[in-house]
Amino acid sequence: MGQPITVTVNGEKRSAEVEPRLLLVHFLREKLRLTGTHIGCDTTHCGACTVLVDGTPVKSCTMLAVQADGQQVTTVEGLMTGGALHPIQVAFKQEHGLQCGFCTPGMMLTSVALLTDNPDPSEDDIRWALSGNICRCTGYMNIVKAVKSAAVQMKAAAEMPAETAAARS
Amino acid sequence: MAVETPLKGNIGDSIKRKEDDRFIRGKGNYLDDVVLPGMLHMSINRSPFAHARIKSINSAAAQAVPGVVAVVTGELLAQHKLAWMPTLSGDTQAVLATDKVRFQGQEVACVIANDPYVARDAAALIEVDYEVLTAVVSPQQALQPGAPVIRDEKEGQKDNHIYHWEAGDKAKTDEAFAKADRVVKLDTFYPRCHPSPLETCGIVADVNPATGHATLYMTSQAPHAHRTLFAIVAGLPEQNIRIISPDIGGGFGNKVPIYPGYVVATAASLLIGKPVKWVEDRSENLISTGFARDFHMSGELALRNDGRMLGLRVKMLSDNGAFYSDAQPTKFRAGLFHIVTGSYDLQAAHVETDGAYTNKAPGGVAYRCSFRVTEASYLIERLVESAALEMNMDPTEIRLKNFIQPEQFPYMSATGFEYDSGNYPRAMQVALDKLGYQELRKEQAEKRKKGELMGIGVASFTEVVGAGPGKHYDIAGLRMFDSAELRVHPTGKAILKLGVKSQGQGHETTFAQIVTEELGIPAADIEVQEGDTDNTPYGLGTYASRSTPVGGAATAMVSRKLRDKAKKIAAHLLEASEADIEFDHGKFFVRGSPSKSKTIQDVAFAAYTNLPDGLEAGLEGVTYYDPPNMTFPFGTYLVVVDIDRGTGQVKVRRMVAVDDCGVRINPMVVEGQIHGGLTEGFGIAFMELITFDEEGNCIGSNFTDYLLPTSWETPKFETGETVTPSPHHPIGAKGVGESATVGSPAAYVNAVIDAVGHLGIRNIDMPVTSDKVWAALNEKGAAE
Repeated sequence: MGQPITVTVNGEKRSAEVEPRLLLVHFLREKLRLTGTHIGCDTTHCGACTVLVDGTPVKSCTMLAVQADGQQVTTVEGLMTGGALHPIQVAFKQEHGLQCGFCTPGMMLTSVALLTDNPDPSEDDIRWALSGNICRCTGYMNIVKAVKSAAVQMKAAAEMPAETAAARS
Repeated sequence: MAVETPLKGNIGDSIKRKEDDRFIRGKGNYLDDVVLPGMLHMSINRSPFAHARIKSINSAAAQAVPGVVAVVTGELLAQHKLAWMPTLSGDTQAVLATDKVRFQGQEVACVIANDPYVARDAAALIEVDYEVLTAVVSPQQALQPGAPVIRDEKEGQKDNHIYHWEAGDKAKTDEAFAKADRVVKLDTFYPRCHPSPLETCGIVADVNPATGHATLYMTSQAPHAHRTLFAIVAGLPEQNIRIISPDIGGGFGNKVPIYPGYVVATAASLLIGKPVKWVEDRSENLISTGFARDFHMSGELALRNDGRMLGLRVKMLSDNGAFYSDAQPTKFRAGLFHIVTGSYDLQAAHVETDGAYTNKAPGGVAYRCSFRVTEASYLIERLVESAALEMNMDPTEIRLKNFIQPEQFPYMSATGFEYDSGNYPRAMQVALDKLGYQELRKEQAEKRKKGELMGIGVASFTEVVGAGPGKHYDIAGLRMFDSAELRVHPTGKAILKLGVKSQGQGHETTFAQIVTEELGIPAADIEVQEGDTDNTPYGLGTYASRSTPVGGAATAMVSRKLRDKAKKIAAHLLEASEADIEFDHGKFFVRGSPSKSKTIQDVAFAAYTNLPDGLEAGLEGVTYYDPPNMTFPFGTYLVVVDIDRGTGQVKVRRMVAVDDCGVRINPMVVEGQIHGGLTEGFGIAFMELITFDEEGNCIGSNFTDYLLPTSWETPKFETGETVTPSPHHPIGAKGVGESATVGSPAAYVNAVIDAVGHLGIRNIDMPVTSDKVWAALNEKGAAE
């Protein structure tokens, strides 16, 4: 028997009838076909499935879709705004913060949540914040660099007077 | 403001990666993202026991679940002669168990259903009646007389012994030992670990019942070899099989073998006539797919009193699990383990290896290593550390005294490898300078006076990668060449198609750079395609650090082939003789007058529009490259640790890695791979372990038990380089993907032993966990 839910995913209201046992990650990947959210371990260890639920990083492999009813979910597909990449996306590419790309969506979303809470994180802050997201390729060095670089970019953008920003865009 | 000139992407340019544009948008296309119309889902029922006879299988309850389409058992497969399949090492492996289960997690039956949740529910309802047998959980136990015979289905198999293999010269080695002033011995165990790429393995099998065409989307590091093996295993005509390996979320060797799930999904799709998807979960990945290592090693080093090494004797016993399915060349039963003489000028060496069946998962893949080079490198580097301790020598001094010297290359090793090039003292010196070695030794001495434990670990590894010369190296009989096809379009843009397959290594960027260097077409104008067997030339795939040494060489050679043809066209365009045409970075000109030139783009256009008489149209070519030799990357790694006597906790304070992988195509990408390898090496040294209890229950079957390094505990790395080009590789590159995993475990463990060696501790087997360190200290009365 399906249970009706309405979840705002990347700013768009999505309604569906789902089995109560359906995992949020399967709702996003299979029902909405948002395949940028990956599954790496099924047990909340690896963080490949991290999405933001009302701004908080959540491992969507151990949350039920019905628990997200009425909430705001952001996936990697929601990071771009108006066709422009989010600074964290730019920074991951520029700093070579990814190799196989499988952990990358989760890493970026966790980083975005960190930078929202703490716009000027230290290296330890970054390493601690990302410690629930496993990367098998990069050794984290360039991921840390990417988060630092995104912090600088986001701070600069936030400090830029509104009219300058408008003129530049 | 200075305007940066965009890099064209020549060799040596750290251009940003092309593949990242899709990955950062969440638009990669991994196996689990593949969805086909009418697709069914498969789930596997696995054995809870390590060793048991199957008395009966009852699938009625599973069949009755609404949504279940079929249940596949070994009996059904046997009717199609598919219950067993050949392994990459010439053994056989059960696809679905018919007679016995031989390891916990072995595939017993599969459910195909219209929904993955339903498939899983139903798989749990399959009732299997087992008669539990005694489990054999170590190779030593396996080789005891009277041990239960695991492979009793094999004709002529009377015990659990798999292979005996030797390298080197026994008599000469015995002679060296007879002359030695002293012999240093080390017994060490390189435990079972697992590559654990973040993406698990899977397949979407789509067999068209009308045409018989099979399109298999697979997490495959070697799609062409897999196509041929599929043709042989399943009896399908090879022209009807198309393997598509999409974006791969990490491989590290785990995606080299063919797994039972692939075969069953394909058979099910064939029988049912609909696409079937199987994606394993993490526990399935850890308990049943390609593990690594599990080598019990014993090394003896014969030395003169001045520290000069005279000979090496090695015995190794490998635990291969229930099926001998190592992925390695036919000639070499223990892989390239005989590279165990490492970086040292050893006149005599003898290596004796044996393998045994146990009731554990099969696999024996090389977790980010070239055919068992990692175990070899670990043994020799740990043995040299022991020798330094025994002889009271600095670990750098004993190495410098015994290194193969730069002028000795090409160097023939005592076990039969011809090392291509190297400068080991230089790499070590760069590392020592970077670390500030002497200062740290002083600090260590001060600390030791105060009873504090600090250690400096050294490892100077040499790898053998880039398999390989086809006459010596193969996988399941297929020679290990590789290929590149290059098509330059009329507008001067190009497509490069390769037989290798990236799993994160950045081939779409770095292989384009080779073409840029050779032909002058900017990397941005070159599309690199891999992984689709219908649209790429035959190759043996990506593992064992072979893509750049073999596929990279093929890319350089096909570019040169096209350049030769382009020269003829340029001569025609410039109205000059071909002999007078010179080429420099994308421009052809008449010798002596560089101002009058044609670009590669002009020439490409002419190849389709304005050709000299007698020349075929087009600017396309394909090259199959069979390397004349392996390549031998090397380096020196230094690790500084501090150890807490109260808890045994080891803290890595510094890690300096100096790598020489020959010419670096994209230094940013090379550096990234080294960081990753150092991290996996750190995990293996301190955290990662798959072990079994006495009943053969796997411990390490999820990420709670199988610990992987996170950003928090991973050390910060300091990297450096030297460049000694490979003399036989067209661009001098040697391959780098695995150096750091090969070299670093010994450096980490040597650092721990360096900190506690003065207490009489000579060995702590990996993973070097706090409890093991504390227990070792406690035994010597040195724990707090």
